[in-house]
This record gives sequence, C-alpha cells and structure tokens, in this order.
Amino acid sequence: MLTIKDLHASINGREILSGLNLQINAGEVHAIMGPNGSGKSTLAAVLVGHPAYEVTQGEVLFEGENLLEMTPEVRSRLGLFLSFQYPVEIPGVSMVNFMRTAVNEHRKYKGETLLSAGEFLKMMREKQDIVELDKNLVNRSVNEGFSGGEKKRNEIFQMAMLEPKLAILDETDSGLDIDALRIVANGVNQLKRPDNAAIVITHYQRLLDYIKPDIVHVLYNGRIIKTGTPELALELEEKGYDWLK
Amino acid sequence: MQQYIDFFNSQRQKIDESCAPLLNSFREKAFDTFQGLGFPAYQSEDYQHTNLSALLKPDFGFYLNHPNAEINPHKVFPCNVPNLNSYKHFVVNGCYYREPMAQELPQGIFSGSLNEFAKQHPAVFSEYYNWQVDEKGDGLAAFNTMFVQDGYVLYVPKNVVCEKAFQLTNISGGKVDSLTNRRILVILESGAQAKLLVCDHTTDTQPLLAATQVVEIYAEENASFDFYELEESSPNTIRLTTNFVQQADSSQVIIHNITLSNGITRNNYQVDLEGEHAETHLYGMVIADAQQKVDNFTLINHHVPNSLSNELFKYVLDDEAIGTFGGRIIVVEDAQKTQACQNNHNLLGSSGCRMFSKPQLEIYADDVKCSHGMTTGQLDETALFYMCSRGISIQEAVLLLKFAFTNDVLQSIRLEGLRDRLKLLIEKRFRGELVKCQGCI
Repeated sequence: MLTIKDLHASINGREILSGLNLQINAGEVHAIMGPNGSGKSTLAAVLVGHPAYEVTQGEVLFEGENLLEMTPEVRSRLGLFLSFQYPVEIPGVSMVNFMRTAVNEHRKYKGETLLSAGEFLKMMREKQDIVELDKNLVNRSVNEGFSGGEKKRNEIFQMAMLEPKLAILDETDSGLDIDALRIVANGVNQLKRPDNAAIVITHYQRLLDYIKPDIVHVLYNGRIIKTGTPELALELEEKGYDWLK
Repeated sequence: MQQYIDFFNSQRQKIDESCAPLLNSFREKAFDTFQGLGFPAYQSEDYQHTNLSALLKPDFGFYLNHPNAEINPHKVFPCNVPNLNSYKHFVVNGCYYREPMAQELPQGIFSGSLNEFAKQHPAVFSEYYNWQVDEKGDGLAAFNTMFVQDGYVLYVPKNVVCEKAFQLTNISGGKVDSLTNRRILVILESGAQAKLLVCDHTTDTQPLLAATQVVEIYAEENASFDFYELEESSPNTIRLTTNFVQQADSSQVIIHNITLSNGITRNNYQVDLEGEHAETHLYGMVIADAQQKVDNFTLINHHVPNSLSNELFKYVLDDEAIGTFGGRIIVVEDAQKTQACQNNHNLLGSSGCRMFSKPQLEIYADDVKCSHGMTTGQLDETALFYMCSRGISIQEAVLLLKFAFTNDVLQSIRLEGLRDRLKLLIEKRFRGELVKCQGCI
C-alpha cells in the first residue's frame, strides 16, 4: 500500500529525514517509536504534504502512485489520513459544514453521488457513536473550545467519516487520560479492516496496549534503525533508546 | 464646489418647483453653511483616504422635477427576499415612487414620501427635519439639504410597535452621469419599535452614478429601532452617506451596514447617546475586490452616564481594494459607567489590497469600561492546511474561512429572512457569482 524509499526531507534547510525506508501492506498496523526530535512527526507531515517541508530525495508510492506529486487534498481523497498531534481550531466553521464539504469532495472525486442532508446527518450520528462524541459538538466550530480529549476524539471521528485506506495517528495518545485513551483506541480498532492500514506514532508503550501493532519501528536521526515485533516496544519501555544508538 | 454654488443660484426655482415649501425653507441656510465650509477637505483628519472634491468634480446631471416615470421599480427590480414579510417602498433617482395602491399601515404610522410628510405632518416635520444636520452637520450634509428633491420618512407614533419590517429600495440609473441627493428621516416616538431595511441598487453599469444620502434617526425614550443597510451597486457608483442618530433615555438602536458590491463608498455615522441607559450597536461588513473603495467613519458620543455602545466592523478585501475604518468614541466628563466596545477586524486576500484602520477613544470620565481591538491579517495557513488534509480543495477552504470570518456580523442580524438571504448572497459573492443582486433571485 505504501512504499517509502530513501526519503530525505528538510525544513528551513535543515535535514530531518535522511534516507528513510518503509513498506506497509494492507491489513497491517505499524508503530513508529523514537526519541524527541527523531523525525516522527516530520514523516507524518511529509506524507500528507505539509507545505513547510521540502522533500530533497527519495520516493513515496501510495497504491502504486507517486504521492509526492499530489496536493494534500488529492492525497486525502485517495485515502490518506493524518490524525494531527495538535488539531487546528477553526472559529466560525461548524463541524457539520466542515465534514459535509470534506465528505462531498471525497465522493465527487470517486464519482459517487453527493449525500442528501438527511443521509449525511445519519452518517454523522453513527460515526459519532464510535468515539462517544457529544452530539452537540457537531454544531460548534471545528475544535474551538474543545478539551484536549475532545480534539483527539474529533480526529478519530473525522477518520471514521472519511474511511481512509491508510491512517497516520501522530501521538494521538498525548494529552489523553486513561478513559479518553481507551475510547480513542476503541475507535481506531473498530475502523480496522483487512483492506486498510495504520501507522501509529507514539512515545509510549501505553497506547500499544490498546492498539496492537504488527510491526514496531524505531526512528532515530531521520532513519529507521530497528524493526521488530511488538515485543520491541516493551523492550524500549524498559531500556529506553540508548542501547540502540 | 463653485459649480454647485452657481447651479444653486441659477436653478433655485427649478430645485424648489416640485418640492413641498416646508422642505424648500431649509435650503437657504444650508447654502450658507456649504459656502462657508465646502466639502470636507481631503487628507484632513477624518478624510485621509476619500477625496470628496475630486469625486464630485465631474459635471453631473441633477434629477429635478421628479423624473421617476422613466423607471418602474416593479419591472426593473422586483426585489423579493423570501421569508421577509415587509412593507415595500422604492426611491428612484432620489424621488419616492408613488404606488398606485396605498399600503394599509397600523396605528398612525407614516411610511412614505418626504414631501408628502411635510404636507401631512408639518409640525412634526419642522421639529425633526434637518435638526441634526444643522446641529452636527458638515458641508456634505448641508449640500444634501440644498438639493434634496425627495426621500423617505418612517414615523412611528408613541408606543406603536410594528413587527413587520419596512423595506426601502434605492434605485439609481440613467443614461448620463448623474448625482442624486436623497434623504431618509426616521422618527420613533417614545416606546415605538420598528425595523427598516434599505437596499441600494443600480440598474445601469455605464454612466457614473453618484449619490449623497442623509439619514436622520430620532429614537425617543424607550424606542427601539433596527436599521439595516445593504449596498449592491456597480463599479461606477459613488455613494456618500451621512447618518445621524439621536437617542433618548433607554432607547436602543441597532445598525448594520453591509457593502456587498460597490464602486466608491463613504459612510459617516454620528451617534449621540443623550439619554441614560441608551444603547447603540453598530455593525459593518465590507466585501470588496477589484478597485473598490469603502471608507466607513463612525463617531459615537456618550454624553450622559450609563449608556452603552458596541461596534464591530469586518472587512474582507481582495485584489486592489482599499478599505478604511475610522472609529471615534468620545466619553464626556461625568458620563460615568459608560460602556463602549469597538472592534475592527480585517482580512486581506491579496498583496495589492490595503486597509487603513484608526481607532480613536477619547475618554474624559474616570469610571468607564471602554475597549477597542483591531486586527488586520491574512487567512490562517494552518487552518487551510488542516482543511486540505481532509480532502477540501484550497478554493473551497478559502471560501469556508472567509465565510466564517463574516459569521459574527451575520449572526447579529435580527431579521431572520434577511440573515438567510445574506448568507446566500455572501457565498455567491465569494464564489464570484454575484455581479449584481438580480432582484435577489
């Protein structure tokens, strides 16, 4: 599904990713761990096309197509989704309007008919239940005044609405209490299917108790320095990163 | 300026001919004032970015003698806002359009021609007409009094509450460059309540259509008045308005001025809060692109203790548009417990557009709550990226953000039908689909 070959990326002239390789197949959940500043969030940002990052070398194929040539909106419509570490507040734009616009753009792209207002609201209600999101939140402005937990649940709600092929969860566990963590993880698990995949970026083993990865990678200085089974995460929790460097 | 002095001197008979003698009786004094003051000078403190003398220099034709037979507003402009139940009136090229059938109005309300009002209610007319222009006016307001041919009056007697809104459509059009001078007089006696929507439209895009408009609003004790003004004119339009508001104890006035499309516009507001617990809410929204210019100047005087004013002006500029906002608030000595809040926020969509904003608070009392805030900036790029990352195209994301920016002004509109219609018109405007209102269809 996703093939990354020798990816180099920089921001403001400073190289963050230096020769990253990764292969993700349908049905897999990959965890990416690593110390602060190792390039985890940069990898997520580069994959969804954040304009601040410049790709200087390498190749990324998503479903066989050159991802790096596509605009962020096209990547999304093809099935890529990023759950932001810091979801953005958009005052004045209601969740309903935001999501209806997004869902309809996806449908238009796939040549599907646009949803009627009734169908859309029904879909919203169903998906809200997945992350136990307060019904009233949808009438509020996007993320405005949401608590940290509500923002993260809102990210997973959007993921449920857009049904991506590949979801990237960038530190979705940061700032969450245990209950919120469980709700968010349950949401992610419910959305798992044999034909989709996920990349879970996290600092801690904690999230991986809820979302079981198939493969664990350690990112350090912009490259993957170790790949292993879920037991690797436990080992990292115990020993830290120093023994790998 | 001299051309207008000469014109006034030589055409006096023609100017007076079709107007009520009472209306004509105010011209001489206004002429003296205009000769003394002239138009407000360009680059003087309150006119940094609008040059009235230059704008009014062309040799404009004047509409004298009620020419509106040429335009039937029902044919050129069947304005119909769905879900807005209103009494409809038209002023065509400065003159009130007489409907063949009079509308039934509740309990002694007068809603109609300025000349007709002078004849029917001479005592009330004399008490209110031009009083604020005389007291507070500048050369531009005096100019309007010199030449005004007709206009619209809304008079609501004591304790009469009118739920149904009044709607006045100003239509300008013609084959030659012209200057019309129109007038609106609103009198709400104590305890009266009413709402008025004024829409400005042009039927022709070619000749230069200039208009001066003076609005005098009187809200007596406990009166409540909603005033909505919407400009949807063409690039060859010059609109110069002067609005005076005089408020007595516990009166409430809410004003919205919305510029959807225009040429060059200058709107002046002077609000005098003369009664305790009087309240003014002044909202403005400007959407301008191409070479449009919109200059709003507001002056709010808190003369007595315990009054409140709240101002919010928002501009969305693009291309080469120029926006100006001047907001002066004066709290006199002894006007304790005054609450005054002013906000001006501006969104610039291109590197070619410009915004000039000048908040001015002069506070001479020591126990007041006054605040102001001004921001000018571009669209939030992190928000744009967030939306794009959900599959929303950049064009659509920009539209959503611009629309969101105007939302709080829209939400403050208390006429539901108008609010819904404006939502649609603003969206069309941002999509570039709205050239003119096309009868609001």
